Amino acid sequence: MTTEHTQQAEHALTPSSYIQHHLGFNAHAVGDTSFWTLHVDTLAMSVILGLVVMGFVWWIARGATAGVPNKRQAFVELVFGFIDDQVKNIFHGDRHSFIAPTALTVFLWVFAMNAMDFLPIDVFAKITHALGFEHWRAVPTSDINTTFALALAVWLLMIFFSIKAKGLGGWIHELFCAPFGSNPLVWPANFLFNLIEYISKPLSHSLRLFGNMYAGEIIFLLLGMWAATGLAGTVFGAILGVGWSIFHILIVALQAFIFMMLTVVYLAMAHESH
Amino acid sequence: MNINFTLIAQAIAFAVLIWFTVKFIWPPLLKAIETRQKEIADGLAAAQEGKSALEVAAKKSESTLNEAKQKASEIIGQAEKRAAQIIDEAKANAKAEGDRIIAGAKAEIDQEVNRAKEGLRAQVSTLAVAGAEKILRKEIDAKAHSDMLSKLAAEL
Repeated sequence: MTTEHTQQAEHALTPSSYIQHHLGFNAHAVGDTSFWTLHVDTLAMSVILGLVVMGFVWWIARGATAGVPNKRQAFVELVFGFIDDQVKNIFHGDRHSFIAPTALTVFLWVFAMNAMDFLPIDVFAKITHALGFEHWRAVPTSDINTTFALALAVWLLMIFFSIKAKGLGGWIHELFCAPFGSNPLVWPANFLFNLIEYISKPLSHSLRLFGNMYAGEIIFLLLGMWAATGLAGTVFGAILGVGWSIFHILIVALQAFIFMMLTVVYLAMAHESH
Repeated sequence: MNINFTLIAQAIAFAVLIWFTVKFIWPPLLKAIETRQKEIADGLAAAQEGKSALEVAAKKSESTLNEAKQKASEIIGQAEKRAAQIIDEAKANAKAEGDRIIAGAKAEIDQEVNRAKEGLRAQVSTLAVAGAEKILRKEIDAKAHSDMLSKLAAEL
């Protein structure tokens, strides 16, 4: 006990250092400026999760039978049907060639990344620490880079589909002539309006997911900190931790769903001309 | 809150995952589900078809049965008619035969009567002549009175 206390004193385990330690990324410099930094933990976790989740679905899809499906296939088809229904209600073009599969990818991947929040944060940190990583964040969606990457990719797709559906001229025409009309007097207002829309879309898209997951992680950290204060703190921290975990199941699923729905809505809106 | 190269790496990972899903996951799942949907729709349509075919067959069998019943009763009616006809014919034939036989018998009787009459006539005339001869032999010329006697005989 005494040695542990002295160790803690040496490492100065204060609440802020505890949180800072947990929120630190496994960052590697790949260039000279601060931009050229790579969060290895975020990338590795997201790629592994993407491979596992989409690999599972691929495995089922490869052996999919049109006859009586087994339980695994029925489960995947349930998710498939859920996504397909959502997309069908929003987008009325050929959804099977791109938008619906994209929605499936977004939903499953984001759900899996969000679900990493269920891992006991300190236990996971102990494991990664034992593996030799000083910092290792488990939840890729609580890294703004992930959510912003997804939102920007969707944003680029949105512009791409907008130009594809209306032509470059049609897209530029819409920038200046919607939503208030084609009178040259309202061109600046229209352009400003569209500019704000184009800026706010990826921001709200990415920050909503990031904020939810980041806040969820912080709350787990605070509860973990409470548990470190003594017996009463451990009991209450555990009870509230269970409660927050259960509530977090809803948040994880809901945020994945919202992110997927916004993706579909943005891409569907890009196909519509005003 | 620091944007860095991770963003680009994540975007690439995202693009690859989308490409993978578009290419390898969505089509086989869609195909399996659509094929099953089509099979189910076909099955339901076939069931509906079978149902309506059954209805048609039931109607047809009913009408055939009715027809057969009607035909049977027709045939029975005809047979009864024919039987009555045969009986009538037989009766008529029997009556005609009876009449014929009676007529024949009557004719034969008449013939016999006539023959008997002829015989009697011939015998009576000879008897009368013989009797008259025996009576008149003594006083009457046979020759003179034979005419008168034969006339008498003819009146018999």
